[in-house]
Amino acid sequence: MSKEWPLYEVFIRSKNGLSHRHAGSVHAADPEMALEAARDVYTRRQEGVSLWVVPSTEIIASDPGDQEMLFKPAKDKIYRHPTFYNIPKEVKHL
Amino acid sequence: MQNELFEYALRLGDNNLILGQQLGNWCGHAPDLELDITLANLALDIIGQARLFLSLAGEIEGKGRDEDVLAYHRDVADFRNVLLVEQPNGDWGATIVRQFLYTTWQQLFLTKLVASTDERFAAIAQKAIKEVAYHARFASEWMKRLGDGTEESHNRVQDALNSQWRFADELFDMDNVDRKLAKAGIGVDLAKLQKEWDARIDTVLADATLARPEPQSAMFRGRNGHHTEHLGHLLSDMQFLQRAYPGATW
Repeated sequence: MSKEWPLYEVFIRSKNGLSHRHAGSVHAADPEMALEAARDVYTRRQEGVSLWVVPSTEIIASDPGDQEMLFKPAKDKIYRHPTFYNIPKEVKHL
Repeated sequence: MQNELFEYALRLGDNNLILGQQLGNWCGHAPDLELDITLANLALDIIGQARLFLSLAGEIEGKGRDEDVLAYHRDVADFRNVLLVEQPNGDWGATIVRQFLYTTWQQLFLTKLVASTDERFAAIAQKAIKEVAYHARFASEWMKRLGDGTEESHNRVQDALNSQWRFADELFDMDNVDRKLAKAGIGVDLAKLQKEWDARIDTVLADATLARPEPQSAMFRGRNGHHTEHLGHLLSDMQFLQRAYPGATW
């Protein structure tokens, strides 16, 4: 048996309306303690209004070896970026 | 009344100053990185509260002593903290027990102090109460995990509870200062906190599968300036720099 406590990934919502973003990870004995650890380690400077912790073993990750297949094909599809529209001056924060 | 107010602010400040100093000693030594940060956070919350109460004490006294003079230039017998907070860190279980007993009391105390007719005390209580709510949760959750954990963690935390239990009743002692300020609506009637404290402690101890020790009482009172041998050692560490180089800043 490993002597280390399980690893949890920490996600923080920085303010209402924004999505939770990955901030890092903590070791903890159980989910409640992971939440406390996440609060203590990652929200000391008012970083957020909501926290998620997820057991790291529950994350299903893409294989780094699949990068060519998964991500490279998007490289030359510039038409997927909305940069060809003229935006009126009056429209702000877009 | 001024003397009583000074004494009251000093007691509250000293409780926190000494506990904060103790918790600070865990820095770099906690069971893991996360808890190291947690205890440093707690220590800083608690020392922040101490600063407010000690500054207020100096202001009430009106003799030009500020928070630093009160913290660094008084001797053991001048300290007014309860004996519980000066007890050594011991192992992780002992630190959690000390925190649990104190913070549960402090949370109840602050809930009353926010209604103080003295706005200065009420304002500090208002700020501190949010911090202490988390301290109480943290300490209670750890009591449950250590008590209901392994045989070793259970035994250690039960031992710590048995040895620190004699310092708990001082938290509810009412002397002339307390009576006078409680009557004036400035201070808190400590005796009235006991029932709720007992209930909260019992709930957590039950979840933690820990036994409540038999009633015990220490032979003397830290609030009267009679301290255990631990406080002198703590002060010699904490006060060294200001005693060796008075007024040093950096």
